[in-house]
Amino acid sequence: MTRSALKPEALLRPTPKGLWCEPGDFYIDPPWPVDRAVITHGHADHARAGHGSVLATPETLAIMAERYGQDFAGHTQAVAYGETASVGGVDVGLVPAGHVLGSAQAVLTHRGLRIVASGDYKRRRDPTCARFEPVRGDVFITEATFGLPVFRHPPDAQEIGRLLASVRQFPERAHLVGAYALGKAQRVIRLVREAGYDETIYVHGALERLNRLYERFGVALGPLAPATGSKADFAGKIIVAPPSAIADRWSRRFPDPVTAFASGWMRVRARVRQRGVELPLILSDHADWDELTDTLTELSPGEVWITHGRDDALCRWAELNGLKARALHLVGYEDEDDEEIAADPAEGG
Amino acid sequence: MRAFATLLDRLSSTASRNAKLVLIRDHLADQPDPDRGWALASLTGALSFKTAKPAMIRAAVESRVDAQLFRLSRDYVGDMAETVALIWPARHGANREPELSEVIDALNTAKRGEVQGLLEGWLDALDADGRWALLKLVTGGLRVGVSARLAWQAAADYGGVTVADIQEVWHAQEPPYADLFAWLDGKAERPSADAHGRFRPVMLAHPLDEDVDLKKLDPFAYAAEWKWDGIRVQAVSEGGVRRLYSRAGEDISNAFPDVLDQLTYEGVIDGELLVMREAGQAAAFGDLQQRLNRKVVDPKLIAASPAAIRAYDLLAADGEDLRGLAFTERRARLEAFVAATGSPRIDLSPLQPFDSWEDLAKLRADPPEGEPAIAEGLMLKRLDSVYQAGRPKGLWFKWKRDPHLVDAVLMYAQRGSGKRSSFYSDFTFGVWVEDATGAHVLTPVGKAYFGFTDEELKQLDKFVRDHTTDRFGPVRAVRADREFGLVLEVAFEGLQRSKRHKSGVAMRFPRISRIRWDKPSKEADELATLEAMLD
Repeated sequence: MTRSALKPEALLRPTPKGLWCEPGDFYIDPPWPVDRAVITHGHADHARAGHGSVLATPETLAIMAERYGQDFAGHTQAVAYGETASVGGVDVGLVPAGHVLGSAQAVLTHRGLRIVASGDYKRRRDPTCARFEPVRGDVFITEATFGLPVFRHPPDAQEIGRLLASVRQFPERAHLVGAYALGKAQRVIRLVREAGYDETIYVHGALERLNRLYERFGVALGPLAPATGSKADFAGKIIVAPPSAIADRWSRRFPDPVTAFASGWMRVRARVRQRGVELPLILSDHADWDELTDTLTELSPGEVWITHGRDDALCRWAELNGLKARALHLVGYEDEDDEEIAADPAEGG
Repeated sequence: MRAFATLLDRLSSTASRNAKLVLIRDHLADQPDPDRGWALASLTGALSFKTAKPAMIRAAVESRVDAQLFRLSRDYVGDMAETVALIWPARHGANREPELSEVIDALNTAKRGEVQGLLEGWLDALDADGRWALLKLVTGGLRVGVSARLAWQAAADYGGVTVADIQEVWHAQEPPYADLFAWLDGKAERPSADAHGRFRPVMLAHPLDEDVDLKKLDPFAYAAEWKWDGIRVQAVSEGGVRRLYSRAGEDISNAFPDVLDQLTYEGVIDGELLVMREAGQAAAFGDLQQRLNRKVVDPKLIAASPAAIRAYDLLAADGEDLRGLAFTERRARLEAFVAATGSPRIDLSPLQPFDSWEDLAKLRADPPEGEPAIAEGLMLKRLDSVYQAGRPKGLWFKWKRDPHLVDAVLMYAQRGSGKRSSFYSDFTFGVWVEDATGAHVLTPVGKAYFGFTDEELKQLDKFVRDHTTDRFGPVRAVRADREFGLVLEVAFEGLQRSKRHKSGVAMRFPRISRIRWDKPSKEADELATLEAMLD
């Protein structure tokens, strides 16, 4: 990258209302309602309802409409992967981030300066979404949810293999897999299919609409059925439910369930115990430590900005590796799996 | 190593006993010799590697990872060994993963200076779960919630034999137990149990049901003695081998060198381990408890709380197996045997004469030696009973004293695990105490997670969800004040002073005996009531 006369902070900077692009007068993933927003992906802490206008991928717009209703924003603008739109004179391109269906990095280019806001991302293959594409820029904005060197997610196939081995070992028990409703649930189901499991998978009602949406976008999930029926019907079966449901009264309908939870946090045993999980599955939609540091090495940006997560450790790594890094301390973002076990989500489904 | 690591990983997050048995049984079925034998040795605590030290592992990781990143990681993970297992940088082109037996063979033959290099090579070759399992294996103490007895039960399930069959031969076998597995596989005869110092599976009693059993039983067919409140042990001394076993067959010799010194006889005594500061004077259980589960024996503690054996039975003497004799014959042999040892730290549990069950009921209400804390109740043993492993019907009964009862108020509830993960099933309760301003406040005095039926658990769970006032992770606080709260009748066996508890008291074996839906919270007991019950 050639150095532009424009300082990065003049193009994009953190404000109490989120990352703000002054020349284009828009925010990226603002936690509060604003006039103009660019949304990287459909998770609730990044994509909120009530903005004046929203620019996002068609998939992300569909997810927001599914979650909040068709009138979730005053105006919407769909920008497909690889396309660029001009917002208030700033070029905004959307590039796959590999996080969930429709997730995108926002590439801002203005007067020779380029900032890549990656949103949440991961580098490994995910059969339910397009793979992350590296884009070089003057500034690379990264998350650091799993920004500690203890987080190295094992291969997906290994974790799914552990689930299927347990199903074979405990044929009289149900296997109840907690997976976040948007992205993780569909990825777990798709990975189970890729491992050759073609029996019906039972799903909690809270997943049904998003499952259908994924299928509309071409992600085949195989035979699914609602998790209703008598206890004995679920012996030896796999049930996928939102994380809050696995420890809820809802789970009592299943025979002696093996509670599994698909999350990067399952790498740490204290978290496993805290959640009362019997079969931890280390499956994350976020980059692990190696993916974060490999990405920074590969892109070698002039500056690294860290939005949220373990910025202390990632800043230290950057320092050791001669990269200029700063923590933005953005508030309002959390990992979707890290929600407190919800009290009593609506029963049923 | 991979299969062993997977097993430890699953066991560490599995709460259900049955599920643990399946995991271990399947491992023994699927893994080849000698790996499965080493796994069984490790689970039963039969392995120790004195040459591998935690300091080596710390030094190795410090040389490979930035100190600041390590500190941040350690703070997050909480556990040193787990942090090392997770943070250890992968080395491409490292050796293949070692098998469990390779690791054990190498550690058993390595010289002190070679161990560090071996450990680092294995850490390079293994994945995170493998590294965690390796570190647990070499630094001792798996801590995956598996007792030796549970592992034996799994081996028994695998071979289609009883756990007593396994216990009988266990202490005559050496890891990796080739003869044992050949027998369990049906390829060889049961291996010899004939080893000096081995454990004999113990005979246990059924709880007495006063209303049913006493009507049927003939008082003249039974002997009675106190059920002393220590831990049941088997003290073996044969051919120069001296060992002290728990009733589950775990070797606890290391913790009681003072008792081992007293085993100058040739035989096997079944008895109660007690603290006795003066000959014949048993102390309360709490004194003995301080000496249990210690890794390092503290001579000061031994001097302050010397242990002794109160003998119940004699299983072998001078090479003769007495277990086939009737209780009366064994008892006569025992009395002569104990007298012959002449040790002040081995005494007899005296038989209590009685003519009717009414007599015995009076005795039970009247504690031995004026000390209610040192006996849990009475034992009844059929005079003609041979010594039979397990809990045979109709032969031995335990008639425990009635428990202490207290009415306490439910304060906090924690979600259970496994089958109970959707239930608030661990209950912390408190009693009233006056604070500095004279107001009545609750102080927690204990925690109980059983004693209720499944139906009552549902009701308790609903109460917790409906009356939550605060949440801390998996714990909920419930409303509990003078005007409103749920009173629980808590039964417990004894009460001791405790510095670790804010209330200053600690209950032994607390359980919920009744839910007092009817009782107003302000009528629950005061701390003073409990203090009056202190042992």
